[in-house]
Amino acid sequence: MSTPETLRLGHGHAAVAIPERVPTTPDGVVAHADHAATFGLSADEFALMLTHLGRDPVAVEAAMFGALWSEHCGYKNSRPLLRRLPTEGPQVLQGPGENAGVVDLGDGWGVAFKMESHNHPSAVEPFQGAATGVGGILRDIFAMGARPFAVLDALRFGDVTTARTRYLLDGVVRGIAGYGNAIGVPTVGGEIGFHPCFEQNPLVNVMALGLLRHEQLQSGTVGEAGNLLVYVGSRTGRDGLGGAVFASADLTDASDADRPAVQVGDPFLEKLLLEACLEAIDADLVVGVQDMGAAGLTSSVAEMAHRAGRGVDLRVDLVPRREIGMSALEVMLSESQERMVLTARPDQVEALLTLLRRWELEALVVGRVAAHDRFRLWEGDRLVGDMPVAPLNEAPTYVREGREAATVRAARERDLTGLALPDDAGAVLLELLADPNVASKQAVYRQYDHQVMTNGVVLPGAADAAVMRIKGSRRGVAATVDCNHRYVYLAPRRGAALAVVEAARNLAAVGATPLGVTDNLNFGNPTVAETYYQLQEAVEGLREACLALSTPVTGGNVSLYNQYRTEAGQLAIHPTPTVGMVGVLPDVERRAVAGFRRDGDVVVLIGAGAPSIGASTYLWCVHGIEAGAPPELDLAAADRLVRCLAGMVQDGHVDTAHDVGDGGLAVAVAEMALLGDRGARIDVPAAFAPRWDAALFGEAATLALVALPEHRVGDVTAAAAAMDLAAHRLGVVGGGRLSIRHDGAPGGGLDLDLEALRSAFEGTIAEALAV
Amino acid sequence: MPSIAVLRFPGSNCDDDTRHALDEVLGADARLVWHTERDLGDAAAVVVPGGFSYGDYLRSGALAAHSPVMEAVRAFARRGGPVLGICNGFQILTEAGLLPGALAQNDGLRFECRDVFVRVEHSSAYTRGYRAHAVLRLPIAHHEGRYVADEATLERLEGEGRVALRYVRHDGAVDPAANPNGSLHAIAGIVDERGTVLGMMPHPERAVEPLLGGIDGRGLLEALIDTAVRA
Repeated sequence: MSTPETLRLGHGHAAVAIPERVPTTPDGVVAHADHAATFGLSADEFALMLTHLGRDPVAVEAAMFGALWSEHCGYKNSRPLLRRLPTEGPQVLQGPGENAGVVDLGDGWGVAFKMESHNHPSAVEPFQGAATGVGGILRDIFAMGARPFAVLDALRFGDVTTARTRYLLDGVVRGIAGYGNAIGVPTVGGEIGFHPCFEQNPLVNVMALGLLRHEQLQSGTVGEAGNLLVYVGSRTGRDGLGGAVFASADLTDASDADRPAVQVGDPFLEKLLLEACLEAIDADLVVGVQDMGAAGLTSSVAEMAHRAGRGVDLRVDLVPRREIGMSALEVMLSESQERMVLTARPDQVEALLTLLRRWELEALVVGRVAAHDRFRLWEGDRLVGDMPVAPLNEAPTYVREGREAATVRAARERDLTGLALPDDAGAVLLELLADPNVASKQAVYRQYDHQVMTNGVVLPGAADAAVMRIKGSRRGVAATVDCNHRYVYLAPRRGAALAVVEAARNLAAVGATPLGVTDNLNFGNPTVAETYYQLQEAVEGLREACLALSTPVTGGNVSLYNQYRTEAGQLAIHPTPTVGMVGVLPDVERRAVAGFRRDGDVVVLIGAGAPSIGASTYLWCVHGIEAGAPPELDLAAADRLVRCLAGMVQDGHVDTAHDVGDGGLAVAVAEMALLGDRGARIDVPAAFAPRWDAALFGEAATLALVALPEHRVGDVTAAAAAMDLAAHRLGVVGGGRLSIRHDGAPGGGLDLDLEALRSAFEGTIAEALAV
Repeated sequence: MPSIAVLRFPGSNCDDDTRHALDEVLGADARLVWHTERDLGDAAAVVVPGGFSYGDYLRSGALAAHSPVMEAVRAFARRGGPVLGICNGFQILTEAGLLPGALAQNDGLRFECRDVFVRVEHSSAYTRGYRAHAVLRLPIAHHEGRYVADEATLERLEGEGRVALRYVRHDGAVDPAANPNGSLHAIAGIVDERGTVLGMMPHPERAVEPLLGGIDGRGLLEALIDTAVRA
């Protein structure tokens, strides 16, 4: 057994010790305050670092502080706000602070899940940006001891007709496919939106889920002093240098020159890493596991040490390199992909290395956990960096003053009562179905292997959420990602709450009980008061809705500076707090899909409240107006609808359900018809909404459609009444046409052939992807 | 009971799905065999599963074809042992010379994941569980699935009744629109001269459980198990 003095490091051949006498000042080029900006630090932050060090930093130290105190790693502007989010609940096995959150599925199963953005890399190199986004989030999942089994993506692009959007859409989709398909984790769902505000700043948010038994749950910790740090995976190169800083700055016309800050992914290597890490965890050979993500070795080791309250001695010179001549700074800040840090007990490290090498991975000891509280870097016996662990991990935070933009308030309060009514309801429906936000995404998800791992029970496009079975269990897992950015733009607090409510409704519509949330907050520059206001308000909205729906937030990601500087000024994205939610189906045989299943089924609308045209897709798509207030939200009613809907499916009353979302009732019914390849005859009561266009195309927060055989209608009506929800019988499934009648509409409504609906629905995205 | 060897290359990703289908669903004794093995042990049948063996670097299946275990598979096939290659496994079998032709990039230049219809063309050891000319609904998931071969090879395959599966419409008719990748002669699967080595692009292991939407792949895998039991 090794003693600390004769510790064998590196490939295990040389007995190299960490020197016992520590010099007071590390070797290296000293960084001065006038270089603060070079390291992404403000003058005040640089001064704060000096007080923590008690001396001038060497360059690698300043760079490590700069990376860990960047917005991306340090959550400087968001951390005080994020503390507002509810994180606790009986179902939470792991809350925020680890590589991913974990909730209990019952029967000893848990699901690890998290969402992360790769917006900035995807803006400059869509294929690799998206691919490495998938790779990074998968490492977070298997670092928890969970086997990744599903990926969902929330994507936003600019106007679907522009060449740039088509280039980005094509590249991002190929990148997700290229990585996910190769590593063999199915891409099971997601959402794609288009709006001019995302033209320069696309959003690529990737959520991954992993399955584990409770006892397999891991932590990203270094454990006790004397434990060894094992580096495994790809060699360290100069790719991705400074990525964390890059992701924390505005994009500019010069950003394409940052392309070297984008990493390159290797799904083959990651597959080996995944299998090797899970096998090592199963064999109980590791104390802690951590992905090297943003800020690479710096953040992974600093975070692991901080969680354990320990220090570390790291031999930078032993880190395997892809290129010669790399400095300690470059090694420590590289964001080369497919690298992990494992901690092992000294008596187990040889067994661990043997296991990892059997998977044909490069694996070696690069450091040791220490009894001190410093992060020390060594090159042989030269000390090249020496920083206190805690301050590295505790970036200074900023609480700012937010202020609502007058233009936004004016848009929200705009009086829409005088808006002209369209003269053809059928034409409006066709226009909405062809809108890229509503249109079928089949041309996209066909490029993703959504069936590998043979767990997919509800596949992409078939329902409001994806459903996976658990082999060896009756239970199922459902997942969805949602956010209506227009709602959040016009009313950040309500809009963010609506995103949570929509996600929960989507889970309920397949028969799942919601369990937990991971959020990805995509916003502009937080130092702009109007942007900070959006962030502040959106977090409050998330808080209110997550509390009301008992869905704690177990982790997530913040992506700020999603704005583009041009000579004309700032162009910020719509605030987009993407909500990823997971839920459980007690019996996966009892589930619902959106498509009509049987002729003769009765279509019933369940819920509360009336639809309105404010902030709707209809208003934007048909009238070109982005105004009005998003749908009224009664959180208690929303919670009742979720429980009622999930209960109806779990009780076996309902196997066909779809929420009323973008495009309103007419679009929802049309989607049910198209997915089931059956028409329907629907009568919308005149009293449903004051305007006929609102009745057909208006949006609402607490409405869902179900279709079921006549003899079960009584059960469903009673279940709704018991939850204080209305149930309206709207019509009957059957035939090859969709007819929606409304007394107030021109000609009494619409009546369209399914094929006409289909060509509108399926053409847009396929055309955007046509090369 | 004799076992079925499911090969596992670095980068295989349908290995466990295939093992699950054969073992837990269909009751066979299936085990994973690592690519460095030179001995197939008591295996009475071999499945080369789908995935991205060796990352599909160089060319799909090209590196796997030269791995140690493939030597054992060649010997096994020469003795008439049943070998089923699925998707990347089909690519590996063509690269290893156990089946003629090659799998090129889909004509749509994109990865295709969806259900397709294939017609059982000729009865063989693998398709005896189906009616003649039965139309099966099976999932595909590949970027390089366009079967290509020279004219003489295609003629031989057709003449000798070695086209096992062909892409068709749901009603069984051949139609270019129903060919998902531009395969010549709409070929989805072929057998070797003895009829004991089958390579196919669709994934039968994804179609053995009603919960996952279909069971049309059962017959193929059950025939393989049956052959193994009789061996």
